[in-house]
Amino acid sequence: MHTLLVWIVVILTVITVVRAIRILELVNELGGDGHEDEITEKDNNFNGKLLIWFLVIGLGGMIYFTFDAKKYLLPVSASVHGVLTDSYLNWNFALIGVVFIITQILLFGWGYKYRHKKTQKAYFYPDNHKLEFWWTVIPGIVLIGLIVYGLKLWNEITAPAPKNSMVIELYGEQFRWTARYAGGDNKLGNSFFRWITDDNQLGVDEKDPASKDDKIARELHLPVNIPIEFKIHSRDVIHSVYLPHLRAQMNAVPGMTTEIALTSTITTTEMKKITNNPKFEYVLLCNKICGVSHYMMNMKVVIDTQDDFRKWYKEQSLVFQPAESPAPADSAKGMAGSDVIGKKVVAAR
Amino acid sequence: MSDHSNEHAAHDHDAHEHHDSFWTKYVFSQDHKMISKQFLVTAIFMAVLAMFMSMIFRLQLGWPDHKFPFLETILGKWGKGGKLDPSFYLGLVTIHGTIMVFFVLTGGLSGTFSNLLIPFQVGARDMASGFLNMLSYWFFFASCTVMCASLVIETGPASGGWTIYPPLSALPQAIAGSGLGMTLWLVSMVLFIGSALLGGINYVVTVINLRTKGMSMTRLPLTIWAFTITAILGILSFPVLFAAALLLLFDRSFGTSFYLSDIFINGAPLHYSGGSPILFQHLFWFLGHPEVYIVLLPALGLASEIIATQSRKPIFGYKAMIGSMLVIAFLSFIVWGHHMFITGMNPFLGSVFVFTTLLVAIPSAVKVFNYLATLWKANIVLSPAMLFAMGLVSFFISGGLTGIILGDSALDINIHDNYFVVAHFHIVMGSSAIFGMFAGVYHWFPRMFGRMMNKRLGYLHFWLTILGVYGTFFPMHFVGLAGAPRRYYAYTAYSGFDAAININYLISTFALIGGLAQLIFVVNFFYSMYRGKRSTQNPWKSNTIEWTAPIDGIHGNWPGEIPTVHRWAYDYSKPGHDDDFIPQTTPYSETKNSNLPGEE
Repeated sequence: MHTLLVWIVVILTVITVVRAIRILELVNELGGDGHEDEITEKDNNFNGKLLIWFLVIGLGGMIYFTFDAKKYLLPVSASVHGVLTDSYLNWNFALIGVVFIITQILLFGWGYKYRHKKTQKAYFYPDNHKLEFWWTVIPGIVLIGLIVYGLKLWNEITAPAPKNSMVIELYGEQFRWTARYAGGDNKLGNSFFRWITDDNQLGVDEKDPASKDDKIARELHLPVNIPIEFKIHSRDVIHSVYLPHLRAQMNAVPGMTTEIALTSTITTTEMKKITNNPKFEYVLLCNKICGVSHYMMNMKVVIDTQDDFRKWYKEQSLVFQPAESPAPADSAKGMAGSDVIGKKVVAAR
Repeated sequence: MSDHSNEHAAHDHDAHEHHDSFWTKYVFSQDHKMISKQFLVTAIFMAVLAMFMSMIFRLQLGWPDHKFPFLETILGKWGKGGKLDPSFYLGLVTIHGTIMVFFVLTGGLSGTFSNLLIPFQVGARDMASGFLNMLSYWFFFASCTVMCASLVIETGPASGGWTIYPPLSALPQAIAGSGLGMTLWLVSMVLFIGSALLGGINYVVTVINLRTKGMSMTRLPLTIWAFTITAILGILSFPVLFAAALLLLFDRSFGTSFYLSDIFINGAPLHYSGGSPILFQHLFWFLGHPEVYIVLLPALGLASEIIATQSRKPIFGYKAMIGSMLVIAFLSFIVWGHHMFITGMNPFLGSVFVFTTLLVAIPSAVKVFNYLATLWKANIVLSPAMLFAMGLVSFFISGGLTGIILGDSALDINIHDNYFVVAHFHIVMGSSAIFGMFAGVYHWFPRMFGRMMNKRLGYLHFWLTILGVYGTFFPMHFVGLAGAPRRYYAYTAYSGFDAAININYLISTFALIGGLAQLIFVVNFFYSMYRGKRSTQNPWKSNTIEWTAPIDGIHGNWPGEIPTVHRWAYDYSKPGHDDDFIPQTTPYSETKNSNLPGEE
C-alpha cells in the first residue's frame, strides 16, 4: 500500500514538473520580445528588495535565536579553566558578531543600494593602497591579540598536572568507558593490551605493586576542588573523552597515553540547583566515531563533595581482589581518597 | 612558440572535423569544452546522490522517533521497518562527506571550470594535452563508479567518517564498513587522485605555456589565477594522501603496522606493534587542509570574475586578490595540525598551528574587504549568478569568522568534533564552494551550451537555497555549543541534551527545503540545455576573451587566429569610454579617451 502511494506521488511529481515546464515555455513565447533572459530593471529592483528583506529578517531571526538559545546551551563551566575559556569565547563571539553584522549589512545593503540602473555608471575604482594597507594591518593586530591571549590560556590548560593531582585512568573500548583510580600510592599499576583477560579487562599487571590498590568503576566520580590528572587509554580504536560540562576533551588512542589535567568546581548537587533541573547529571561522552554504537558510548560522571567521594570510593572494588577477604580497616587505610584528599589537597589549597 | 602550436592545433582540427563519431565527440572526447560538460554532469549526478543521503540522515536526526516506511522501500535491509539502520547511518554520513568534498567540490568544481575556462580565458585552442585531459575525466568517472558500487554491497559502504581514521578504518572487526566497503573507498580514492593529478598538471602547463599573445600573467582574469593556484595545491598535496592511503592499504591487507599498535578487539590481541594512528592524521590533514582551499579557491575565483562583471566595476585590488590567494595557499600547507589539537599531539606543536591558522584570517579578510569595495558605488546587475556570488561572500564571512574560534586551540577543546565544527565547515567550505559553483554554472552556461538558463527558476533556486543553508547551519552552531557530538545516530543515551536536540527538528526542516530547491536547478539545467533561449555572443557584456569565440563552440575555439590581448580583464565603467566595458581584445589605440597615464 505504502509502495503504491510512493509511486503515485512520484508520478504526480513528474507530471507536475513536465506541466510546469510547458507553462514556462508558453509564458516565454507570450513575452515574445526575445530578451526574457536578460536581467531587467524589474529583476534588479525585485531582487534588491529581497536582499534587504532577507538581511533584516535574517539578522533579526539570528539575534532572536541567539538569545533564545541560552536555555539549551551548556550551563556554567564546572571546571576552573572552563570559566576562563568561556569568558574568552564570549569575547570572541562579541567580536565576530560585530564584524559579521557590519559586513553582512554592507554586502546586502550595497547589493540593494547600487543595483543596476540604466542611467548610472559605476565608479571606476581599481585600488587604493592606503585603504588596503589598513585593512590588512588592523585585522593583523586584532588577530595577534587573539593569538597571544589564546595561547596563554592554552599553555595554562595543557601545563603538566600539579604534583598532588589525583591520578585516574580513563579506559575506552567499544563501547564502554572504565575508570581506574590509582589508590593510596596515587600510582597506576602498569598495563598492557596482551595481559587483557576476562577477569582483567584493562590488562593490568598483577605483579606491579602499584596495581595492588587500584580500583575500577563504571561511573566516574570526582571529588570537587581536587586537581585531577586523567591518563587516557584505548584498547581498540580511537575514542575521545569529552566532558562538555567541564570543557575538557582528549582523544583516547590505542598504543599511547594522553592526558587531561583539570579541577572541578561544582558538585552534581549544586549543579542541579544552578540549572534548576533535578535530573541534571554530568556525562563523559565518546566524541570520536568508533563504531556502530558510538552514539551510546558514555559514562555517568558525578562530582561529589570530598566527604561523599570518600564514602563512594570505599565501596568500589579493587582491580585484583585479594585471595583472602581483607579486613575492612586495611582497605580503608590504603585508600587513595583519604590520602589525596586528606593531606595533599590541603597542601594544594 | 605558443602561436605556432596553436596554429598547428587549428589546422589539425579542420582536418578532423568531419570524422567525429558519437564516441569521439561525446564519450572519449579530447575537447576541453566537452570534458568540462562531462565533469559537470557527473558532478551534478553525484551531488544529487550525496544530497539525497543527507536528506535521509536529516530525517533520522530531525524525527528520531518517527518511522518512514519508504526507507524500507529504497534501502531494503538498511531501512527495516522504516527505521534507518545505525551502521548505514554512519555509512551515509561517510559517503555524503566523501562525495561532496572530493567528487563534487574538487573533481566537479575544478574539473568543470578549469577545463572550460582555462583554454578559453588564456586564449588557447585546447588544453596542453587533450589526451591526459580525457584520461583525467575517465579516471574520475571510474572513481565515481567504484564509490557508488560500494553503496550496494552486503557489508555496506565505508562508515568510519570521510577522514577514514585508522584503526577504525583498518579493522573490519571494528565496523562492518571497514571490510570491502573500505577497500572500494580506497580504490576509488586512488583513481580519484590519478584524475586530480592528471588534470592539475594539465591546468598548470596550459596556463604557463599556452597564453595568447599579450596575455601576461598580470592580465589573467582572477579565475585563472585561482585555478592555477588550486592545481598547484592539488599537485603538491594529493600525492601525500596517496601515500597515506597506500600505507593504510598495507596495514589492512599485508599486516604492516604503520598506523596500528597495541590493539585488543573482539576478545583477542592483534599482532600490530609500534605504529601510530596519529601518523595517519598528520598525513591525511597534510592533504586535508590544502583540500579545503582546493575546494574554496576556484569558487572564490569564479566569484571574483562574476562580481566584477556584474558590478560593472573593476575588481578592487586585483594584485591584492592574487597576493592573498598566494598567501592563503602557502599557509594552507602549514596549518594542518589545527585538526589535531586534542589528539594528544604535543601542546607546543599545537601552539604553532594556532599561530599559522589564525594568520589565514588576514588574507581572507583582505579578500572580503576587496569584494565589498568592489560593490561600493557599483552598478550591480543582480543576475542569478551575481546573487550566488554574493551568497558565497556572505558564507565566506560567516564561516570564516567561526573559524577564528575553532582555530584557537583553547577554544577548540570544547567544540572539537561537535556540531559547531559541522556547522562551520558546511558554511565556509561546503556552501561557499557550492554557491561559487552555482554562480559559475549560471554565468557560463551560455558559454557551455550556447543557451541561457531560465532566470526566474534561477532566482527561485537562489532564494530557497540561501534560506535553506542559513536555516540549516546557523542553528547548528548552537547544537554544538550545547555539547552535542557529531556522527551520533541518536541522542537518546544522555538526556542532558534533549532541549538542544529539539533544534534538530528545525534544522532538518530547513535542510529539506534547501534540498528540494536543488531539484529546481536540476530541472532548469537540463531543460535549458535543450530548450533554453539562444544566447547572444556576449550575454553579460564581459571583457574576458572566452566571449569572443563563437558561442556555439567549435573545435579549436576560435576560427582563424586567436585574438590578441591588449589589457587586463577589468576595464569596466572606465571614465571616458561610452560603453561600460572594454574587452581585453580592444587595443589602447582605440580607446584614447579613457586611457590612464601609462596606457598607450
